[in-house]
Amino acid sequence: MAVQAKKAPIEPKHPLDDLIRTDRMPHIWCPGCGIGTVFSSCLHAMLASGIDLDKTVMVSGIGCSGRGAGYAKVDSFHTTHGRAIPFATGMKVANPDLHMIVFSGDGDLFAIGGNHFIHAARRNIDMTVICINNLNYGMTGGQVAATTPSLARTTTTPLGNPDSPFNLPLLAYASGATYVARWTMLHTREVTDSIQTCLTRKGFSFVEVLAPCPVNYGRRNKERPLDTLKMYQDKTIIKNGANPAELGVDFKKRVVLGTFVDVERPTFTETYDKLYHKE
Amino acid sequence: MDFWRVPLDAEEVIVSRGIVHFVEDRCKGCGYCIQFCPKKILQTSTRFNKKSYHPPEVTKPEECVNCHFCEIICPELAIYSVEAPGSEPGEAQQPDDAGDTCCPPVK
Repeated sequence: MAVQAKKAPIEPKHPLDDLIRTDRMPHIWCPGCGIGTVFSSCLHAMLASGIDLDKTVMVSGIGCSGRGAGYAKVDSFHTTHGRAIPFATGMKVANPDLHMIVFSGDGDLFAIGGNHFIHAARRNIDMTVICINNLNYGMTGGQVAATTPSLARTTTTPLGNPDSPFNLPLLAYASGATYVARWTMLHTREVTDSIQTCLTRKGFSFVEVLAPCPVNYGRRNKERPLDTLKMYQDKTIIKNGANPAELGVDFKKRVVLGTFVDVERPTFTETYDKLYHKE
Repeated sequence: MDFWRVPLDAEEVIVSRGIVHFVEDRCKGCGYCIQFCPKKILQTSTRFNKKSYHPPEVTKPEECVNCHFCEIICPELAIYSVEAPGSEPGEAQQPDDAGDTCCPPVK
């Protein structure tokens, strides 16, 4: 138990304690994992945006990041592998008043759920998709993923990854997302602002957040968590409105961060209502 | 923080003061708050928490400027800072008094 200093009043609570399921803390994420920071940014953004939290739903898929929904004290759903976006689409279409937040990882959203992602972006379903990109399949033991950089070592590519990784902002832009941004977990204030913008705007919004996976990715690529954060500090450059085709993740050169796309387009619900629910 | 020149309005600016609090049993000792504190006032303690990690501790409590960066970088939601009493703009600053209540020892 906390021992109170003489003059200190009752110790205040953590500002996010009202929004997390404190009985489940500490969470399962490893020491140095970036998901916790993104999760906390997301909750800060939810508080700051002033949206009705009773009408906010957090949906996540499978993986380390998929545990996020289970820790948030809003209506939250932990869905099957890759199906976070279709689940959220169904809820949004059935009840258009809801604010949908899909909080998941790169393996869930872009490997098994890649097809769902591009179609939700194409149809412009009004939701916020937060992708924590830790460059590998962390929970299952660090296998090579669709976002693993070329030549990176993982358990299944011990001599280096022969494939090229996905460029997630380009994929989102090409599929028709109306808001695309990329940050690292070190840029927490920008991540929070970005998520806050997404929550208050209409349309399909996508935020990619690079985060370290010290246990499974970092260990095999000789990166300690603080080295990764140092790299995020030194090797990134913020360039809003950059051409999405030039946004590959290669830390040997520079990694471009920023808000790349911010356009308006009628959402699926609006167009559907106009055609089929004329009153 | 050292400046190569002192800002012209340096004397008028009221720097807010903060008190750092910990939820020690959530800490997993990643060291992000220690590394990225702009005032460098945190360090690893020698204590152990419930999960045998070393939580951070504050070395210079009077130097906290309540920037909240430790709070937002912490992946474990284990550290936060609150405004020190008497340091809101408009009120008289009492840095000596605030130093006394800073960082209650938490076991």
